Amino acid sequence: MLTKRIVPCLDIKNGRTVKGVNFLDLRDAGDPVELAQIYAENGADELVFLDISATEEKRKTLANLVLHVAEKVNIPFTVGGGISSVEDVDILLQSGADKVSINSSAVKRPDLINELSAKFGSQCVVVAIDAKQVDDEWIVHLVGGKVPTKLNLFDWAKEVEKRGAGEILFTSMNNDGTKNGFANEALAKLSNELNIPIIASGGAGNMQHFADTFKEGKADAALAASVFHFKEIAIPELKSFLSKEGVLVRR
Amino acid sequence: MKIVIINYGAGNIQSIKFAIQRLGFEAVLSHNVEEILQADKVIFPGVGEASSAMQMLKSTGLDKIIQQLKQPVLGICLGMQLMCNYSEEGDTNGLGIFDVKVKRFSNQVKVPQIGWNQINNLKSELFKGVKENEFMYLVHSFYAEKCSEMIAETNYDLPYASALKKDNFYGVQFHPEKSSNAGEKILENFLNINI
Repeated sequence: MLTKRIVPCLDIKNGRTVKGVNFLDLRDAGDPVELAQIYAENGADELVFLDISATEEKRKTLANLVLHVAEKVNIPFTVGGGISSVEDVDILLQSGADKVSINSSAVKRPDLINELSAKFGSQCVVVAIDAKQVDDEWIVHLVGGKVPTKLNLFDWAKEVEKRGAGEILFTSMNNDGTKNGFANEALAKLSNELNIPIIASGGAGNMQHFADTFKEGKADAALAASVFHFKEIAIPELKSFLSKEGVLVRR
Repeated sequence: MKIVIINYGAGNIQSIKFAIQRLGFEAVLSHNVEEILQADKVIFPGVGEASSAMQMLKSTGLDKIIQQLKQPVLGICLGMQLMCNYSEEGDTNGLGIFDVKVKRFSNQVKVPQIGWNQINNLKSELFKGVKENEFMYLVHSFYAEKCSEMIAETNYDLPYASALKKDNFYGVQFHPEKSSNAGEKILENFLNINI
């Protein structure tokens, strides 16, 4: 049977991992390739690289990093951060990325989703949505949750699916950084209303949170950063915990 | 050993080249007919949409070339699907190497299937040293039906053929190049096939 996925997320700046990495056994704590290899060996099902640099050199550095990751890592990975055109995506996929994730650029120009899925196939188009619950309504936000839009999370998610997204990466700004668990109610609603996989993001603090987001939140995958980077949760232990909880995982 | 990955503009083929590199071999990406015909092993990859990929193969004449190959050929993902008779995706005929139809998963399940699922009922030297129920990474909305050419089976929505074999032609729905060590083992087995 298809298993639930555990997805560590690495923040990248100028080709190096930033913040939140505390692996004592790393030779070079800033080397994304080495970190990615360790996660792959430990049983991560997929990886996400989120580029947060904003320099002119960005595109070249990122494509170069993707090439190095693809060379060494034998599990799938997604690349996101500032991707805004078909050409950007073409370069990243040709460098060896399996999927790309788009966020603000999709809100600004929704046709980009159609263009990408027509050219490269839905399976490599992940649309990331950051949303915040304000007065009982989930509102889509941009720029890492700083700028509100007029879009409702569920309406936008449905539109994104219709336009050809293969997956949705939903980050709850209310939960992100709290370590109090994922936004399972909103996740379950997304999962019920849509027919594409949903990746849960924001709020992972302990192993129970993962079990909850798979069971109550009906998520297909769960993404986290700091709990993995700071070794608060080890992936092999997480997977045996989930398995005991009755969640199907790859082991 | 000369390994050619057919490059007809269909998606991420760099990963296959790198996986072969990790196994200690070199592969070239090519759409050159002579180069493909002379290769010891041919890999036929593909992500994207079936009818436009078929158009691409026809316009370059690669469809006829692939059908005639005598050396071991491995179709991966859409590559495997295009080796079948017909695909519902874009209502297109395929290369007709495998006598089976490719259909879309129903809406009873999430489509595409994305993630790690198990392969079982393994019946080929391709799976030497690979255990029953091993996990492979899959990304697809369409599947090949169970048939007599099936050499591995997977269950999603319904049981379907996740690997096929006919003579020198092999096809896998999963991505061996992205399926950790077990996937690399399958690629290695393919490279070791002698006909």
